[in-house]
Amino acid sequence: MSGGNPSEAVRLQLHGITKRYPTLVANDHIDLCVNVGEIHALIGENGAGKSTLMKIVYGVVRADGGSMDWEGRRVLIHSPIEARRLGIGMVFQHFALFETLTVAENIALALDERVAPAALAPRIAEVAHRYGLPVDPARLVHSMSVGERQRVEIVRCLLQSPRLLIMDEPTSVLTPQAVKQLFATLRRLAAEGMSILYISHKLDEIRTLCDNATVLRAGKVSGTARPREQTNAQLARLMVGGDIPDLPMTTHRAGPVQLEIEGYSAPARNPFGMALRHIDLKVHAGEIVGIAGVSGNGQAELLSALSGEALGPHEGAVTLCGRRIDHRGAAARRDLGLGFIPEERLGRGAAPAMSLADNALLTGWRAGMVRHGLVRRSLAKLSARTTIAEFNVKCDGENTTAERLSGGNLQKFIVGREIRLSPKVMLAAQPTWGVDVGAAQLIHQALIALRDRGSAVLVISEELDELFTLCDRIAVLTGGRLSPALPRGQVTVESVSLLMTGTPSTAAARPEVNHA
Amino acid sequence: MPELPWRLEKRASPSRIMRVSAPVIAVLAMVATGFVLFALMGKDPVNALDLFFIQPLNTPYGWGELLLKATPLALCALGLAVSFRANVWNIGAEGQLTLGAICGGGVALFWGPQLGALALPATLLAGIVGGAAWAAIPALLRTRFNTSEILVSLMLVYIAQLLLAYLLHGAWRDPEGFNFPQSKAFDDALILPLIMQGQRATIAFPLMLGLAGLSWVFSSRLFVGYRMRVSGDAPAAAAYAGFSETRSVWLALLIGGGAAGLAGICEVAGPIGRLQSDISPGYGFAAIIVAIVGRLQPAGILLAALLMSLLYLGGESVQLGLQLPAAVTGLFQGLLLFYLLAADLFVGFRLRRVADPAVLPA
Repeated sequence: MSGGNPSEAVRLQLHGITKRYPTLVANDHIDLCVNVGEIHALIGENGAGKSTLMKIVYGVVRADGGSMDWEGRRVLIHSPIEARRLGIGMVFQHFALFETLTVAENIALALDERVAPAALAPRIAEVAHRYGLPVDPARLVHSMSVGERQRVEIVRCLLQSPRLLIMDEPTSVLTPQAVKQLFATLRRLAAEGMSILYISHKLDEIRTLCDNATVLRAGKVSGTARPREQTNAQLARLMVGGDIPDLPMTTHRAGPVQLEIEGYSAPARNPFGMALRHIDLKVHAGEIVGIAGVSGNGQAELLSALSGEALGPHEGAVTLCGRRIDHRGAAARRDLGLGFIPEERLGRGAAPAMSLADNALLTGWRAGMVRHGLVRRSLAKLSARTTIAEFNVKCDGENTTAERLSGGNLQKFIVGREIRLSPKVMLAAQPTWGVDVGAAQLIHQALIALRDRGSAVLVISEELDELFTLCDRIAVLTGGRLSPALPRGQVTVESVSLLMTGTPSTAAARPEVNHA
Repeated sequence: MPELPWRLEKRASPSRIMRVSAPVIAVLAMVATGFVLFALMGKDPVNALDLFFIQPLNTPYGWGELLLKATPLALCALGLAVSFRANVWNIGAEGQLTLGAICGGGVALFWGPQLGALALPATLLAGIVGGAAWAAIPALLRTRFNTSEILVSLMLVYIAQLLLAYLLHGAWRDPEGFNFPQSKAFDDALILPLIMQGQRATIAFPLMLGLAGLSWVFSSRLFVGYRMRVSGDAPAAAAYAGFSETRSVWLALLIGGGAAGLAGICEVAGPIGRLQSDISPGYGFAAIIVAIVGRLQPAGILLAALLMSLLYLGGESVQLGLQLPAAVTGLFQGLLLFYLLAADLFVGFRLRRVADPAVLPA
């Protein structure tokens, strides 16, 4: 194992950590070494065992075997409290903050010592100031953006002066600007001697930020690397265990408008939701339009306006294939030719306890699987089998229940089911979120093939990389407003990220030379 | 925080054999506990169990009684199973049963003679409509005002029973009935025919068997049944697919109420023969256990209803033979449900000893 750069003093050393679950070995004899002042990346696909390993280090999960040395001493960590006492802090991917409380109140609740929020405020302000993490202790959390909330979590960790900071996929919810700020803070912390364990699957970020990387694949260490000396392809090969073919880019020919949103405004559905303000968007047959932006900026509300799952008060109109649909329910919209790949797979895109054949029926019944009110089970089974074969879904056949599929395989099944219905308009929300690289590639290819067959496709995603590889036009949804959708050639990651932080939409209109 | 050395751990794949045998294990555990209980009460447990489970079935009459009591239990449970599968928790079948008896009984008492050959079908139909109408109240309140159907359907049980008492103490009381709170006896033409002489089971039993078949078709073959199952299993998936939740709630409650109403009218137009204030020893509530023990499946419900019926008969038998209180029936019903829930837990989970220190010093 290669040593870290700033100092050779070892802060954390794992030897042969093993964790078995009934169905899988999450961690199989993992060795890992983090030095003082080192930013160490832990990379791997979803399900590779990164989160389990970090939970073991933080005392949330107990390992079945192996040992852990902390600053040269053998330690047993039974709980997060003990981990924090040793000097280990962790920022989780999903924050545990109370929206109705202030920053100081939230932090006071999370600290192991009992401090009054008022007494804590100056300490918060001091830490926030020192590390360039602007946080107002008196603000209510619900009024804060995701990036600001993450700062609260980081400040909470820093208040306990940890010597190792674990960050689980910290940038998955951040705008590119916020990512830059975060990296500056992390470099500064490392320069002061803090060790950072950085979990991610975003290779660009790891190459800019991290000194060393440990790559996990299927619960085992598949290699270690110095990311700055590697290309993305080399790192990806370690992660996936093979080469990933490039996505073939084809040009498209846009046809007539199939989906049109005109002057659509709707109030927020709940106190922490986002109102939609005067949304205008046209999606043509034979094109993929992408909507970038961080979740919570009206994404859920826009999807709901388009899917028809919950009708509510609004202004403006939504037209699908020439028919007004904004007062029609989800079933009527599907009758007109809408397909929808929802963000939540289990429970929304599929009924968990039902077989894949029954789940094929969920939206596929329109394709002749019901006659005279009777379900034609053989057709539903055939349809499920075809989807499984065409979309390479790994499972034990069409009688397996949906809940037994991995997230990526279930997503392939849902995407396949929706695509095989040949919808005139396809709506896809975070289609590859949490899906491994191979499955993501397959889903992208399927969406492009659907476009080439003449469907209008609308993709809402937080992943800019995804939108730039997939979409013909890109718009940004921020604060409930949608920027004009511009051809991919006229936008750059920079101009999109400017829009994501809420700069006026004129920024996107600036013609820029595209690198893609 | 002190930790127990045991953890419940989800099984990778619950065994199919165990899933099916869980009810059998629950029954055996119930009998074993009954053995201990009888011994503690100073009764000879072998004799008591014999009296409870064997003696009631020693005569053809006893078998008739078994079918007689199993019929309303299974009818209510079949309707409830449709409801429960749609995640609609109608626990007021007892009230719907009562309303079925009132409405059907009303038709039998006041229009029976005029309807001629149609009288019996009309009576049964009125029972179904009455039960369904009673269940429509929680359906309306849930779909319009988002109230809990659990509470509303339960509270309506007591209203239904008081309504029956009100009628029997007033307008519908038999003038020649010595002031007993009961109606006139129904015409013979309005009493369901017996399956065979010498016992009391009526043609309601084969009718119930037919409905069990229909219920199977409904749930596993009809698209409407599929939509209700999706609503129950994953409401968000139902909304995603565009299946109406309102429709599912209405259907679930109307079917459950109608089935319970039919059970009610079959009781009063069968073994009872008139309206009286106690028409059911809690069939509507026991049917909840029958539906759960029967795994919400028609065949399972039939077996569970027979078992539950035997518990009623056995309870009566030990009341007479051993002077035990009537509560013994409820006790056995509770034991059965308790053991089944426990067995189900271990079908899905296993108890594992937590390996002591997680990270072993080398």
